[in-house]
Amino acid sequence: MADTRAQRKTVRLKLPVRDGDLDGLEIGTVVYLDGVIYTGREGVYKKVLEEGSELPEGLTELSNVNFHCSPAAAVEDDGSYTVGGVTATASFRFSKWMQAWLELSGARIIIGKGGMSIEDYRDILVPAAAIYLTTVGYGTGALLGRGIKGVRVVHWLEELGNAQAMWVFEVENFGPFIVESDLQGNSLFEQQGRLVNENLEKMYAGLKAPALARYGETDDRKDELI
Amino acid sequence: MIKYQTIEDAARQIMATAAIDIPPDYRQGIEDMAKWEEGDLSCFVLQTMMDNWNAATEDRRPMCADTGLPRYYVKVGNNARLADGFIGLERALRSATALATHDIPLRPNRVHPLWRTDNNNNVGINSPEIDWSFEPDVDWVDITTVHKGGLFGTDYRMLFPGDGIDGIKRFFLDTLVSFGKRGLACQPAIVGIGLGGSKDVTMVLGKQAACLRTVGESNPDPKIAELELELKRMGNSIGMGAMGFVGNAMVADCHIEVGYTHTGGMPMSVHTFCLSSRRATVRIHADGRCEYRHDPQWFTPYMRRETIEWPIPEHSEKQSV
Repeated sequence: MADTRAQRKTVRLKLPVRDGDLDGLEIGTVVYLDGVIYTGREGVYKKVLEEGSELPEGLTELSNVNFHCSPAAAVEDDGSYTVGGVTATASFRFSKWMQAWLELSGARIIIGKGGMSIEDYRDILVPAAAIYLTTVGYGTGALLGRGIKGVRVVHWLEELGNAQAMWVFEVENFGPFIVESDLQGNSLFEQQGRLVNENLEKMYAGLKAPALARYGETDDRKDELI
Repeated sequence: MIKYQTIEDAARQIMATAAIDIPPDYRQGIEDMAKWEEGDLSCFVLQTMMDNWNAATEDRRPMCADTGLPRYYVKVGNNARLADGFIGLERALRSATALATHDIPLRPNRVHPLWRTDNNNNVGINSPEIDWSFEPDVDWVDITTVHKGGLFGTDYRMLFPGDGIDGIKRFFLDTLVSFGKRGLACQPAIVGIGLGGSKDVTMVLGKQAACLRTVGESNPDPKIAELELELKRMGNSIGMGAMGFVGNAMVADCHIEVGYTHTGGMPMSVHTFCLSSRRATVRIHADGRCEYRHDPQWFTPYMRRETIEWPIPEHSEKQSV
């Protein structure tokens, strides 16, 4: 197929995003970001939402973009940071913390891998006026690493370790990402999955089920693991 | 005599190569798939991944920030001599892992399963794993490192002889479809299949088939090679491409490895490598010379134990005195 990169609708968003910035952003659009983002996953969510630690001061004004990510980064002897690559981790595992997190942090963009369920978009992200951007691939670690221009601060590095700490990054032309869920809660994965499902019965035609079943097994191939 | 420092330096080198430079066989496989992929979103993903590989090589930064579980496969020549023995080699690989984690840098991914303790260096209890194998009549040591994620894309099932090839095809589809949705398996990938052995061996064979054979290699048994091709074609007809988008690019190649198994069973495992298939190999010769390559050459005839008996090397008697 010919080069598809130039053909896809592409936008650049300045962070933090303001009311109106995300209106009309359609699923499938390619997005690049400029501004400040922070990483946050189970370590941070437990720390803040379950153990009651305060959000870092000024975070909500500085950024409203939460990246489900652990960077490939090192702390040098002089206290500076080297960031090699950054890649997203699968977001569905963080579903149980998202509502409280969006309320507390005011995040308007969640970036991750694999998206979340259509119910999570409807019940959690849409009411919070938040969208979901998926990373591409997965694993454009080097391209995203190039977009990181500096580490502003790292929170809870000692307690949570490199992978779970909250890294606050200054980013420029940071991407590409694809709009997976928009302000209406439409989902690109759900839409594409539905089209893929249409072909599945044909693939399985004539293949008899194994002699020994597995407990809880289903033949509904529309099912998803998340 | 192969020295400790030679091993540690070489291991640091392959850790960096694996993390940064996509193996040429896999790159070629994906470039070929991008030519025929008709799903525009799936094709966009493939082309972006190729940009990412170029950026990684240009900048000398890891292609993927998920270091996976970095580990080693070591093949020792029967005539190789290690200055500090096998323990020294394992120590050198642990040390190289910690040093490479800081220097490249890699994400310190390894934590205790219960206490989530992170030593920030990818070293810990039973980590990194080191698998050993041997090769007759040579005096070199081959070390391969593989960085592969481990959360999605792998499954195991006890099938039975009556389930036949249909059972294999069905479980192959089950695994690709279930983990392919939303691209959890980071496809298109090299898919490895383990058939036979005991349960643990089934898993090991499938993993090694995915990670230690290159795109384009076939199993030496022509009928198994035919099944590899058939499964590859099947995987690429599901109608699913990269990230689970509409398309066809799922399987860059399919590799099957087999082991003699229980007469009543046909255990099977499926492992998908990923769009950042990271592997690199070094051969350390007896004089300390290091040759680097991307093809692990793990499955030698001796490794597969294709004959019922293997001749004892001529000079082994002399050495054992």
